[in-house]
Amino acid sequence: MTTPVVQPADDTLLEVRNLKKYFPIKGGFLRRTIAEVRAVDDVSFTVKRGETLGLVGESGCGKTTTGRTVLRLERATAGEVIFEGQDVMRASGRTMKALRRDMQIIFQDPYASLDPRITIGESVAEGLVIHGIGTPAERRERVREVLAKVGLSASHMTRFPHEFSGGQRQRIGIARALIMEPKLIVCDEPVSALDVSIQSQVLNLLRSLQREFGLTYLFIAHNLAVVEHISDRVGVMYLGKVVELTTSAELFREPLHPYTKALISAIPHPNPMAKRERIVLQGDVPSPINPPSGCRFHPRCWIAKSICKEQEPAFEEKRKGHWVACHFAGQF
Amino acid sequence: MATESRVVAGAARPTGRRGAELLRVEGLKTYFFTEEGVVQAVDGVDFILRRGETLGIVGESGSGKSVTSLSIMRLVSPPGRIVEGKIIFDGINLLDLDPEEMRKIRGDRIAMIFQQPTTALNPVFRVGDQIIETLEIHQGLKGEEAQKRCIELLSMVGLPDPQRRMRQYPHELSGGQCQRVMIAMALACNPELLIADEPTTALDVTIQAQILDLMRELREKIETAIMLITHDMGVIAEMADSVVVMYAGQVVEYADVQSLFTDPKHPYTRGLLNSMPVLGDEREELEVIPGTVPSLINPPKGCRFASRCSKRFEKCDQPPPMIELGANRRVRCWLYED
Repeated sequence: MTTPVVQPADDTLLEVRNLKKYFPIKGGFLRRTIAEVRAVDDVSFTVKRGETLGLVGESGCGKTTTGRTVLRLERATAGEVIFEGQDVMRASGRTMKALRRDMQIIFQDPYASLDPRITIGESVAEGLVIHGIGTPAERRERVREVLAKVGLSASHMTRFPHEFSGGQRQRIGIARALIMEPKLIVCDEPVSALDVSIQSQVLNLLRSLQREFGLTYLFIAHNLAVVEHISDRVGVMYLGKVVELTTSAELFREPLHPYTKALISAIPHPNPMAKRERIVLQGDVPSPINPPSGCRFHPRCWIAKSICKEQEPAFEEKRKGHWVACHFAGQF
Repeated sequence: MATESRVVAGAARPTGRRGAELLRVEGLKTYFFTEEGVVQAVDGVDFILRRGETLGIVGESGSGKSVTSLSIMRLVSPPGRIVEGKIIFDGINLLDLDPEEMRKIRGDRIAMIFQQPTTALNPVFRVGDQIIETLEIHQGLKGEEAQKRCIELLSMVGLPDPQRRMRQYPHELSGGQCQRVMIAMALACNPELLIADEPTTALDVTIQAQILDLMRELREKIETAIMLITHDMGVIAEMADSVVVMYAGQVVEYADVQSLFTDPKHPYTRGLLNSMPVLGDEREELEVIPGTVPSLINPPKGCRFASRCSKRFEKCDQPPPMIELGANRRVRCWLYED
């Protein structure tokens, strides 16, 4: 087990400060960097022990890159990630290996994230082998226990990934993360590839595992209804920035950022009689290579004024626990 | 926000009475003859689509909704084959037509848009030329006339700066813009029936809202009947007049959209609606449909949903018939047998 260098004063498990991840675009004869994609651009948030923080946004908003950078699967361009008082960005190889036990990830595509040539038993035990935990017999026993927890049986251990459906593969993915007894699991679009009836099975499973093992989730998805359902708090991302962050109940009841409001109103409601305000945003999301000046949302925003073009709004706590980056928050 | 009003290009085809029957699918069976066995992808599907109506076809992966639409277009390719049934379009059984006759209907009287707009367009031709090709083949328009009509169509679907856009290649457009081009192409000949197969599934939710708005607006103006295939109950609620729910190759429920959502009858429809997270509801647990869809190579002899159904009883071992519950209400479930 890892010994935290600094014991956190509160119940914060993960703290992300001013995180940036720019991807270079190489071009020309000498393959020099000619531009940058600002995938994540100054993102800060904290995740408390035992909570689920959701990150929601459309394609290219940087939510997946944020998750990967937090786990140091990508090297951050700038910023800090503090996990239980330890600096993840600057941790040595040995410390990092220990940290990785505590920070696991579940991927979107249950078809591509399992090695087709090894059995489910081997696949689930892989983390234990890498970390040298237990004897082969002990590991088999652990795999059996974990498979039962995710709703699969020991008889599945000798089978191969292609013999399983999408929902079952996602359960295997969860088992692989769970066997390490992690503290944090980054769930990157864990149900987007699944049919609705299977999606609810996996969402309920994630919830019950959280209760049983006191897990903390960073839950990344594009579907706001799914994120709102599973999360305690939700951060809304747009073009590499978190534009609003609050509890999921308040976010839905009283969004303060115009983008959040538009996003909520754009979701088709499964009730043909539901009367609601419809805000249809014009145009597409701009490129993160050359993001708009000032507030990045201003070209599509219907309450934008001249200041929005010139000055980037600060990410401020407008109400207790309700953060938003907008010059005219809530004024619509 | 208000969308600017757009000019509808061309006059609508004399479409006959709104509400008259346009398409009738009867006992359609489309099977795939694979090495593993015969996949009964569509197994006895019936429904009617009326002029001016939007019929939603909803179901999960493998329910047979896309194969149904490909069968109507007669675009099923081997090892798939339509083995039985009738597809009556405006009095003609499409399955009796020879390929040349079918080609004249396809793209002209029946048009289709697909899930992946970026792959449905040919990457090596300018988008304008792809629309003009349709106009030349089906409407005999040439040169400047075709160009003019193409620009009209692109502005009708709300593509900004159509003169410039029509000279661009598909990769220069975003997914939402490509879908607008696909819709323009589909509407080029004022089709009587538009089949939209998951038209917004690949798009982000704010772009989906734009495309759904556009489809609603065009539906009012052109009076095209729409067959909308989707897995998203939210999209169905917003767009459809009546709904066909499919499960494992069969229709399990048919109803008008309000009845379907306020009073779903089939246990599968109920399960589907209750398993969706909805914004603003405060349920801790979602209802779950246990298990997975059965294999369509050897589907269960009785009700195909029985193994996952909480209401299962002895009778479910026999195949349930479609039971009429009213003029426009049908359900395939033994619970409703008198």
